[in-house]
Amino acid sequence: MRVTFTVNGRRQEADDVWEGESLLYVLRERMGLPGSKNACEQGECGSCTVRLDGVPVCSCLVAAGQAEGREVVTVEGLAGEDGRLSTVQQAFVDAGAVQCGFCTPGLLVAADELLERNPEPTDGDIREALSGNLCRCTGYEKILDAVRLAAARTGEAV
Amino acid sequence: MTAHRTRAATAPGRTPTSLTQGTQDGLTKGGIGESTLRPDGILKVTGEFAYSSDLWHEDMLWGYTLRSTVAHARIASIDTAEALATSGVYAVLTYDDLPTEVKHYGLEIRDTPVLAHGKVRHHGEPVALVAADHPETARRAAAKIRVVYEELPIVTDEASATGPDAVLVHEHRDDHHSGHVPHPNIVHRQPIVRGDAAAAAARADVIVTGDYVFGMQDQAFLGPESGLAVPAEDGGVDLYVATQWLHSDLRQIAPVLGLPEKKVRMTLSGVGGAFGGREDLSMQIHGCLLALRTGKPVKIVYNRFESFFGHVHRHPARLHYEHGATRDGRLTHVKCRIVLDGGAYASASPAVVGNAASLSIGPYVVEDVDIEAVALYTNNPPCGAMRGFGAVQACFAYEAQMDKVAAELGLDPVEFRQINAMEQGTVMPTGQVVDSPAPVAELLRRVKSRPLPPERQWETTEGADVRALPGGLSNTTHGEGVVRGVGYAVGIKNVGFSEGFDDYSTARVRMEVINGEPVATVHTAMAEVGQGGVTVHAQIARSELGVTQVTIQPADTQVGSAGSTSASRQTYMTGGAVKNTCEAVREKVLDIGRRKFGTYHPAWATAELLLEAGKVVTDGGEALADLADVLEGEAVELELEFRHRPTQAFDLRTGQGNGHVQYSFAAHRAVVEVDTELGLVKVVELACAQDVGKALNPLSVVGQIQGGTTQGLGVAVMEEIIVDPVTAKVRNPSFTDYLIPTILDTPTIPVDVLELADEHAPYGLRGIGEAPTLSSTPAVLAAIRQATGLELNRTPVRPEHLTGS
Repeated sequence: MRVTFTVNGRRQEADDVWEGESLLYVLRERMGLPGSKNACEQGECGSCTVRLDGVPVCSCLVAAGQAEGREVVTVEGLAGEDGRLSTVQQAFVDAGAVQCGFCTPGLLVAADELLERNPEPTDGDIREALSGNLCRCTGYEKILDAVRLAAARTGEAV
Repeated sequence: MTAHRTRAATAPGRTPTSLTQGTQDGLTKGGIGESTLRPDGILKVTGEFAYSSDLWHEDMLWGYTLRSTVAHARIASIDTAEALATSGVYAVLTYDDLPTEVKHYGLEIRDTPVLAHGKVRHHGEPVALVAADHPETARRAAAKIRVVYEELPIVTDEASATGPDAVLVHEHRDDHHSGHVPHPNIVHRQPIVRGDAAAAAARADVIVTGDYVFGMQDQAFLGPESGLAVPAEDGGVDLYVATQWLHSDLRQIAPVLGLPEKKVRMTLSGVGGAFGGREDLSMQIHGCLLALRTGKPVKIVYNRFESFFGHVHRHPARLHYEHGATRDGRLTHVKCRIVLDGGAYASASPAVVGNAASLSIGPYVVEDVDIEAVALYTNNPPCGAMRGFGAVQACFAYEAQMDKVAAELGLDPVEFRQINAMEQGTVMPTGQVVDSPAPVAELLRRVKSRPLPPERQWETTEGADVRALPGGLSNTTHGEGVVRGVGYAVGIKNVGFSEGFDDYSTARVRMEVINGEPVATVHTAMAEVGQGGVTVHAQIARSELGVTQVTIQPADTQVGSAGSTSASRQTYMTGGAVKNTCEAVREKVLDIGRRKFGTYHPAWATAELLLEAGKVVTDGGEALADLADVLEGEAVELELEFRHRPTQAFDLRTGQGNGHVQYSFAAHRAVVEVDTELGLVKVVELACAQDVGKALNPLSVVGQIQGGTTQGLGVAVMEEIIVDPVTAKVRNPSFTDYLIPTILDTPTIPVDVLELADEHAPYGLRGIGEAPTLSSTPAVLAAIRQATGLELNRTPVRPEHLTGS
């Protein structure tokens, strides 16, 4: 089948998609956007988190056909057109929240969505919002630091 | 499923790129001791970093591995005809298709079949390979391969594996351990005997014994096993893969393919964590076999289910300990016996045995010991390297024992540990003298003196914040039935490869002028698995060569071996190699300077010269020349090896020998809150103090300590691969059923970093990656014991262990 949807503001099309392919697979293997990650493909780790019409979802659990005609935002869509890192991306780099980095794309999409709806999250709010994203390297402390930093920088900029 | 040979024009084939980094603000030097940022950080936050599962090549096929559905069986027949006839399938390979006489591989003992031959020895063993034009086509074709298994009896523990009628897992052993083990189902046995434990026991006022069980932990790195093998025109193959040690892989791959090593060109792709689980081969040989057979690039990516079968795990263990002490709190002796389950293939079991034995009594002074560690061959999943490597299991048991002895003596558990704490000059059970700082008592003092987190933090003006309670968002309690406990532990880990292994690392460093600026290029085969080695290499080059811009080349086999990214060794070893090579490059640069400018200033001949901020300067700070002028028209490049101090094998009878390179110490204090009605545990805080010798990058050091601490927390309260005792089949190969800590399960982890230089190590540094994984687990267990009063002799602790239901 053919699927057509918008990814990071650009219309994308893929042909000969098997009905069983996930949104994650089509993004990674057919659209050349491997930023969303394939850590479990079981909907447990959050590394494949993208926004589907604004809502964070595990793209491994979404059939590609379900995205037909809809808006998808992936980690590749977070930076500005000029390549400038978004606040939350820069904060992850600065705070040391990235080690192996495999969980990072999903965490960035989830954290970005959190800060959009809750610009001043408490630590409890951050933990709750990111509880669907597994990280095996950092022990999460620097990820908390990064989200706090991004929130503070966004607050200063306003 | 239709093949897709092209993909969007925005997607060129991805391969690893070099990383070039200057300093962040032009003011800092970006050298050692600074928290410089990762040179791969921006690629990783934009999604552009090329992990091994992201690789793509025009016209590539997908490989898939058929694995055994039973633990131990004779293979009566394999019928691949239907699979091979499937549309879209390019190849189906079994043992009979292997191209040379070399059909096995292994880290130390070559006992692992590339594909099963006549027999499978554990659940999930690779039996056949398929290459097809779509991953689903490959999976479905594999399901059509008909394998007839005739099941054999299994051995699963010491009693069944070494009993009178035990089935032998490997019937014709001729490896170098087979001659000294008491039974063919024992991979390796290491006793350590020092002093006279029996006589010392007679002096003891109290004797405490205990039996402990350590569950099977998984590394659970997030990036699945994956890689891309591309057949080359010269008959060789280019392999892009995530691994911990390229050259070790190469030594195992090339003979199976029947190729000289120079025709198997390996490049490290982005590695999504490792923690020991990538020390053994996974898809490397399989991908190459399919690529060479089909003449097409082949990508293999495991999913999480397969990943649980695709790598070795941490050895589960049963440990028996006896500790004695006098009334004044001094240990008299320790006797212990550690039985590690190595599973069906040897992997790193012999070295894990050596570690478990030599570190079995912990960081304490005990002159009279009687120690034995063994690893079994069984039909359980193979076990090998995981962060902490034999020292983790022992630490869980000896720290439980230390609490028991303290309780028996009526002493404070920290004070009792401090009375017996080793220090510089202490003699290990192996006879090795600890000849660098060993601040065990001080680390304990630091975690103990930290203020405790406030009680009942869940109470807010709006009621209970359930996120701070056991059970969390499940909303199982608002504080009723919740009790607090505090526990302590400390551990000792060796750094580097031990027991006489020729452990070295290689670095190639080039210095030249590009666009008028001096730049350094560092090329090593070090596997960057997330630990930040690439960050540290750039820092070292800046410190030693006075440059700002450093380029880190992708790790590959076009440069000498860097050894493994394991054993907490890479900053010491490849960092040491980069330092060493930079120093030699610096001398060459100074020679060029002396040749060009020596006549202009006497200091060229008389002063100690350094490279700083792009200039040649005297140790008095006088600038003699710009590096750009010295190096104009010339480049200096050297490749050198670096070795740590030699070590010795442990005597097979007494365990004596200077077996280790360096020791690393960490201590933890855990504060837990337990819902005693439901058996749920909330770890409230897990404070760590660790001596790191010298923090080359303080931000990364703290990140390593927090990450290691969290893996220890995982195996304390949730992580365990459950193997069915009757069938030896894995019951929970998924992140639904094998739980690792989430951000809600993980507490604040305050870290206190001590820097006491080890004069034998580069910059005085101490390998840090593993020590925090040791003491974290027993500290959490001790805290749960204090909260509940239960004995808790196994880890992980599950709710039923706390409620007795």
